[in-house]
Amino acid sequence: MFDLECENIIKRFGAFTAVDGVSLEIPSGSFFSILGPSGCGKTTLMRMIAGFETPNRGDIRLKGKSVVNTPPNKRNVKMVFQHLALFPMMNVGENIAYGLRCRGENKTEITAKVAAMLDRISMPGVQEKQISQLSGGQKQRIAIARCMVLNPDVLLLDEPLGALDLKLREHMKIELKQLQGRFDTTFLYITHDQSEALVMSDNVAVMNAGRFEQIGAPETLYHAPKTAFVAGFVGDSNRWNGIAMMADGDHARVVVADGLEMVVPIGGARPEVGGQVEVFVRPEAMQILAQDADISTAGMNTIEGTVDSLLFNGAASRVLVRTATGLLIEIVHRMDAGQVRVKPGDAVKVGWTHGAGLCFGEGG
Amino acid sequence: MLRSDTGKLSLILLMTPFLLWIVLLILLPQLGITFVSLREKIGPRQYEFGFGNYIAFIQEPIYWNTLLRTAWMSILVTVMSLFVGFPIAFYIAKIAKRRSRVGLFLLCLIPLWVSDLVRAFGWIVLLRETGLISGALQYVGLINGPVEMLYNDVTVVIGLVYTVVLFMIVPLVSTLDGMDNAMLEAGYNLGGNRLTVFRRIIVPYAMPGIVSGCIIVFMLTAGSYLTPILLGGKNSMWFTEMIYDQFITRYNWEAGAAFGVLLLGFTSLVIWLGLKLTGQNLASTVARD
Repeated sequence: MFDLECENIIKRFGAFTAVDGVSLEIPSGSFFSILGPSGCGKTTLMRMIAGFETPNRGDIRLKGKSVVNTPPNKRNVKMVFQHLALFPMMNVGENIAYGLRCRGENKTEITAKVAAMLDRISMPGVQEKQISQLSGGQKQRIAIARCMVLNPDVLLLDEPLGALDLKLREHMKIELKQLQGRFDTTFLYITHDQSEALVMSDNVAVMNAGRFEQIGAPETLYHAPKTAFVAGFVGDSNRWNGIAMMADGDHARVVVADGLEMVVPIGGARPEVGGQVEVFVRPEAMQILAQDADISTAGMNTIEGTVDSLLFNGAASRVLVRTATGLLIEIVHRMDAGQVRVKPGDAVKVGWTHGAGLCFGEGG
Repeated sequence: MLRSDTGKLSLILLMTPFLLWIVLLILLPQLGITFVSLREKIGPRQYEFGFGNYIAFIQEPIYWNTLLRTAWMSILVTVMSLFVGFPIAFYIAKIAKRRSRVGLFLLCLIPLWVSDLVRAFGWIVLLRETGLISGALQYVGLINGPVEMLYNDVTVVIGLVYTVVLFMIVPLVSTLDGMDNAMLEAGYNLGGNRLTVFRRIIVPYAMPGIVSGCIIVFMLTAGSYLTPILLGGKNSMWFTEMIYDQFITRYNWEAGAAFGVLLLGFTSLVIWLGLKLTGQNLASTVARD
């Protein structure tokens, strides 16, 4: 049973096609994210699901029932807006009660439901507070509570963490995920921030230029991207343009811009020999090898260079290595015991196995 | 030290014109009027302190009836301006495209380039017995003889609404402009229909603009002189006309001054009552917390 199904949705604004043939199915009780750069059509898609836009083609089904012709106030999809859109002229309790009052429930029941909802989001007794008295994270929770009190089939969240500062954003990611588990409701989350999507979601759809590039679990998107766009957009990567010299089985021999040769697995369709390819290698797949170490280069790509700078960030510390031809490579490198100690200016060798990294042919 | 001195200096420089304006042009004349209104003339150039002018006002029904009538019609004009102005303001602030918004706003302002007097005469040209509307109705055969549409209360109210509606639209546009469209969408998304969204979201949000617009419009209407006189003629019975009569025609400054004080007092009372009845206060019209 799917809570939300979209089938081949197309939305045009004049000559511009904002959403171009998108289909998705979200199973009950899961956390689904749509990840894409701004202008990719993700907000338009969400507005169609909420009913603020009508698709030119395609069908939207909630719990199996088509809602394309249902006005927004009759759909059981609730939405947390980007800037939350809490009502400033009402206090917290009235904000949460708004939807219940629209439904015409009786007063005592509403009071009880509001109190119970505030308990569930761990903010008991704040009914009388004004919206302006709340902190950013509390506003967030009230915005979610205002929707959840109505027991929606699907809760839509339109980049609600965008306006928060970094520390709070990290905290809210975890809290949102926990809230979703507690409410056991389907969340559809829209974001341009890949770390939000990866951390919280059961499934992520990567969207670009009105189309879905790939739908999958966060690990799949990270480790087995199907297109160059997904490889570049999800997670950090070293990214080079090169030419395929040879392609056999699932590996290709690629010469990157300045004569560096490497063997990388092929993602997507097999590139033509002599054709342009894009190579992606994750910083954590690479390691710095001691200059004097006895390395068997069999099964490994190696590049020589000098350390350009150290970027300390705890467990996520990185080293920037510049090759002789000026290429900058980012490598995950913990600057503590057990690892080769490096300092800027050192000559180093960087290596990674043939199995790491991916290359995509033109248009792949 | 230096900084606080410059701060003080700029404060003084900024406050001086304002203080001069409020003291010389508002407070002093008003005090003068109050003082004059409390003089009783007992002989040529002989005055004594007393409330005789106010007592005369209460004893003469035509005076306080006119004041009540003026207040009542001003309230009517205010309500009608609100009903006419709100949809216009909502259209300009929320529905119109960014580019046409400026144009529409300008269209609202253009009538102000023409003086009150000329605009009132424009209405006269349209509405008098030999005017355009009367002529047109006769031409199409809807009426047999010429019809006089001037000099009645309906015309006065319409003319006043036309003159003051702009002062309702401007504050409404500026408050509605600050409302995030997402708030309306949230209103629908959470299950509200058009009526609930209007009643529970748009109106409460626009309340500061509604209150300030109503106060401005009511004060302007109650204190207007030209439009009621020109469109209502001698039947208009507008209170400002009585003040004018006392000062200019009858040269009874003491009574005129008393009327002036009464008009200010009474309109202020009406506004205070209005704020009380709608549960608003003056501060909320200036700032939202």
